[in-house]
Amino acid sequence: FSGHADLLGGPYSYSDRLLIKGGRIVNDDQSFHADIYMEDGLIKQIGDNLIVPGGVKTIEANGKMVIPGGIDIHTHFQMPYRGTTTVDDFAQGSKAALAGGTTMIVDHVMPEPGASLIEAHDQWRQWADEKACCDYSLHVDITHWNDSVKQEVDNLIKEKGVNSFQVYMAYKDYYQMSNSELYEVFTFLAERGGIAQVHAENGEIIAEEQARMLQMGITGPEGHVLSRPEELEAEAVFRAITIASQTNCPLYVTRVMSKSAADIISQARKKGNVVFGEPITASLGTDGTHYWSKNWAKAASFVTSPPLSPDPTTPDYLNTLLSSGDLSVTGSAHCTFSVAQKAIGKDDFTQIPEGVNGVEERMALIWDKAVTTGKMDENMFVAVTSTNAAKILNLYPRKGRIAVGSDADLVIWDTDAIRTITAKTHNSAAEYNIFEGVELRGAPLVVICQGKIVLEDGNLHATSGVGRFIPCSPFPDFAYKRIKARKQLAVLRAVPRGMYDGPVSEFSMSRGGTPSASARTSPTKQPVRNLHQSGFSLAGPPTPDDIPIRPAGRRIVVPPGGRSNITSLS
Amino acid sequence: DPVRRKTSKAWNREDELPVYLAGPITTGPNQRKTYGMFSSVEGAFESKTIDFENYAVGRKGSRTPRSGSRERLLDTGDPISKTPSEARESSLNGSPGERDEARSRAEVRFSSGTENLNGKSERLLIKGGRVVNDDQSFYADVYIEDGLIKQVGENLVVPGGVKVIEANGRMVIPGGIDVNTCLMKSYLGTQPVDDFFQGTKAALAGGTTMIIDHVAPQPGDSLLEAFERWQEAADKKACCDYSLHVDIPQWNENVKDELELLVQDKGINSFQVYMAYKDVYQMTDSELYEAFSFLKLLGAVVLVHAENGDLIAQEQRKILGMGITGPEGHPLSRPEEVEAEAVFRAITLGNRVNCPVYITKVMSKSAADTITQARRKGSVVFGEPITASLATDGSHYWSKNWAKAAAYVTSPPLSPDQTTPDHLHTLLACGDLQVVGSSHCAYSTSQKAIGKDDFTLIPEGINGVEERMGFVWDKAVAMGKMDENQFVAVTSTNAAKIFNLYPRKGRIAVGSDADIVIWDPDSVKTITAKLQQSAAEYNIFEGLESRGGPVLVLSQGQVVYEEGKLHAQQGTGRFIPRKPFPDYAYQRVKFRNQVKHKQGVTRGIYDGPVYDVAPIPKYITPSPSAKTSPTSHQPPPIRNLHQSNFSLSGAQIDDNIPRRSGHRIVAPPGGRSNITSLG
Repeated sequence: FSGHADLLGGPYSYSDRLLIKGGRIVNDDQSFHADIYMEDGLIKQIGDNLIVPGGVKTIEANGKMVIPGGIDIHTHFQMPYRGTTTVDDFAQGSKAALAGGTTMIVDHVMPEPGASLIEAHDQWRQWADEKACCDYSLHVDITHWNDSVKQEVDNLIKEKGVNSFQVYMAYKDYYQMSNSELYEVFTFLAERGGIAQVHAENGEIIAEEQARMLQMGITGPEGHVLSRPEELEAEAVFRAITIASQTNCPLYVTRVMSKSAADIISQARKKGNVVFGEPITASLGTDGTHYWSKNWAKAASFVTSPPLSPDPTTPDYLNTLLSSGDLSVTGSAHCTFSVAQKAIGKDDFTQIPEGVNGVEERMALIWDKAVTTGKMDENMFVAVTSTNAAKILNLYPRKGRIAVGSDADLVIWDTDAIRTITAKTHNSAAEYNIFEGVELRGAPLVVICQGKIVLEDGNLHATSGVGRFIPCSPFPDFAYKRIKARKQLAVLRAVPRGMYDGPVSEFSMSRGGTPSASARTSPTKQPVRNLHQSGFSLAGPPTPDDIPIRPAGRRIVVPPGGRSNITSLS
Repeated sequence: DPVRRKTSKAWNREDELPVYLAGPITTGPNQRKTYGMFSSVEGAFESKTIDFENYAVGRKGSRTPRSGSRERLLDTGDPISKTPSEARESSLNGSPGERDEARSRAEVRFSSGTENLNGKSERLLIKGGRVVNDDQSFYADVYIEDGLIKQVGENLVVPGGVKVIEANGRMVIPGGIDVNTCLMKSYLGTQPVDDFFQGTKAALAGGTTMIIDHVAPQPGDSLLEAFERWQEAADKKACCDYSLHVDIPQWNENVKDELELLVQDKGINSFQVYMAYKDVYQMTDSELYEAFSFLKLLGAVVLVHAENGDLIAQEQRKILGMGITGPEGHPLSRPEEVEAEAVFRAITLGNRVNCPVYITKVMSKSAADTITQARRKGSVVFGEPITASLATDGSHYWSKNWAKAAAYVTSPPLSPDQTTPDHLHTLLACGDLQVVGSSHCAYSTSQKAIGKDDFTLIPEGINGVEERMGFVWDKAVAMGKMDENQFVAVTSTNAAKIFNLYPRKGRIAVGSDADIVIWDPDSVKTITAKLQQSAAEYNIFEGLESRGGPVLVLSQGQVVYEEGKLHAQQGTGRFIPRKPFPDYAYQRVKFRNQVKHKQGVTRGIYDGPVYDVAPIPKYITPSPSAKTSPTSHQPPPIRNLHQSNFSLSGAQIDDNIPRRSGHRIVAPPGGRSNITSLG
């Protein structure tokens, strides 16, 4: 890491050695008063009266909270879109992240359908390595599915340090996958220890609804939310959970935007499904009433998918579920377009580029809406903004915890600071901020990233290009411990029976009406019978199987082997 | 005699008929009529023998209303099975004077008898029964002529030569309607062993006087031709009235025309779509959306076979790959959450299209719970558990006897969870599930054996048409979950309402069809294939005891079942046409249509800068259904220019805050926007 230090220089370069004195350390499990000593970007000592070398820069925390830096598990920085790019690149976006107390982001690699996943991944790596101001990791979106993609996914898991892949249930004829494909992707990821992320919306119904809205003459941004009602989100979440449960694969639902979707997740968790829900800054902080704004540009700036729910009680509800642990992590889905870019869809809401801001506001917003309202304690705050994400990505305890040996990504949190969000002062390059005018209590006072102070006294000292790629390894315990145990339980066994040698009706397969068409395509047309087990007996059936039954029905073909002794046809 | 009859009539009117009885029978249907409930029975009030409106002036509480029937009960000396309270009441109330009156009346009627038509009489009188409809129970006699109920009440004046059936205080209920049978659903060229004759015989023996069978055309077949084939076969063979659902095996333009014809000319108002059977019957979500939209316009009820076919295909492959080929592979490859998922999706589609959805064969707790939750949220959805899911469970798939295990194969499969039947009965009792079918589709063991080496080839189908009503009584009413009125509702009335047969079917009322069952709540019967009407070798309820059963069954006013003997006649069943837009399903939908009208926001035209992008949208093709759907070609949205003077009033507080413009803005030819206030 010292290599980076050499490159830094400049007026804001600080010593590699830092001591935070008098802070209250808040992890996801407990809070305690202790000093923290950091060196070379790592936490070296925690405790009272630490013995530290000389020349250490000391920060007086004065009893304020010291928390692990936030992890924004969902961003789209520098995302290409129809020949343009989102206005926040990795530099701008990660600067905004740091300003809000987030010291690591996880960006989505979005390959075009048909394009190579690995090439796209390498491209994203290059962009991020050039510009990111904080550590980052990557999800890779699987936008189509075939054997070569399978190979690439395998490669990404084994060699590239990617353990989470997003699939789409929406965007018909583009990203959308069929249920069969989802089943195959989930099965594959479950074998390789990946996390299946889903964009959960029913793309087919959306396509129909969009056509209907346009036909009714609704072309403005309100058409976006009208054509994507929240039950379509809930439906897809329900389906994704069903498929994941069938394939015994951990599921991660990105962007939980509505009460019904969140309810489905929370019900599934109560039934024991391994599913994680990710509400985003926007769904936790605002609602979809703005789609009806008379200001087109403002309405368009809220366009994201799934859309914000027009139900104004949604944010409060999602904050409650986040506090109770039914929803696990928070992202921002930060994906900002300028008004001119949004205006691509000025005559047709289906053409409006989708994306909202939120990377900078994320932590303060949760503090304000959940902690200050008494829904959530400070430890849960750390869990949902940082620790749980680190666990899912298998980065824990390197990230997401203040402990000896962890990365020195810390935030001194000021619980009482009050800020008003406005596009004039935010760090994003977007003209609009969807939280415009919202007053938030709670803000980072000092942000330390890789052991260096990047925010102090309201001044941001982010350096482009210092962000490192943090590889994620497969089979994170947080998701896979339960999966592994269930795999052992869920072994299915056939019932040992004698061969049926009774009469068989004549039938014709030519009459195209076989209800089990999968048999046609099934590779296992010749079922294997274990002959060692075929010695049937009528001795101990649990139910009276040997009740005499009526003579056989009509049209019986007497088989060459004579009548069955199994079915007792008399 | 005429004079005497007249006086007795007047006497009846003023003294005997209680107000509570006269009300519902006479004014009840008339009130409903204003809501269109009676529209499906033309001429239901013609050829009435008695003007019932006169009866509306009964004297309140002056007499014990039920004395008439009580008397007969005592007279016959055959008090079969009465509850203690009834017996006590009758002994308390039966004063000698009343008994005399009753006797004299009876004499009058019988003395005038001139003909004796020994059981095949067109005129029937059920005396001394307790009429049980879905809304109330009351003691009354029922007079039947020409296959219709002509009079309901006490001390009816009826013509001579009437065959009298003494109900002896037993329940008189509307004949059952089995909403789901498959008596002609061929499988790989073989027909089920129960055809319309065999199947309807079994139905009548169980107290079911009407069936609705599924017309099951193969993909590519004409729906109309299939319908005609079914109708022809049923007209020849059916012993009871029937109607038909038509299954839609695939979705295309031709199907639409045929559907329209079936609804408008053929009297079909319900169609089934499949979410399972991949590559055969299964429809995609887009097709389902279009099918729902189209059927809604026609006013039909959408029946859904709800299972996720994609996942089933995958699971089947996996399970066969593991070497599991026996019937236990069937439930293993179709776990109940796959059913629940499809139910959820079907309901979502129904909500979007604003179309009533009817889930056939609710087999599992999770599917039933999904329906329950949706109803709590206001969805118009109906659930149909079947005899099998209400009376047995899926543990039998693991039987060592292949033929037995295979006999249980149906889709969705019976749940291996043994608490399922109880749960479904509870939901049925509280109204969360509405109707009970049987999905009777009987295949012989040799037919089932087509799948002896591969469970995916086992023909799917189980019995249940005969046992249906008995099990609902046994497991719900006798257990105290359900009352007798709800019993009538779930076995008959609700079905008639959903499929627009009410009140011709599903109710004992003047003008209704004389499909009537005298029900004995105490008879106990052990189900066995040896004694069943069905031709199948197996009965999946083998050995189960069922309490409650029909003593006498009337179909079209004829006694078809009496004292355990069946007098069913092949070919007497009539096709009952059904009109679209049943109120029970569509009234709410119609109102929601009016409420749900959506409007766009009136804004000025955006004239700010616009990014240059490739002309062909590379990102999302939002409405690919435009390819197939003729309705979704999009005319350019029409803007009302009178409304285009936008205003910023009513906008958000921050609307006028100057914005920093982003980088890389392409300045448009028209200059900067005055709407977005880009500064």
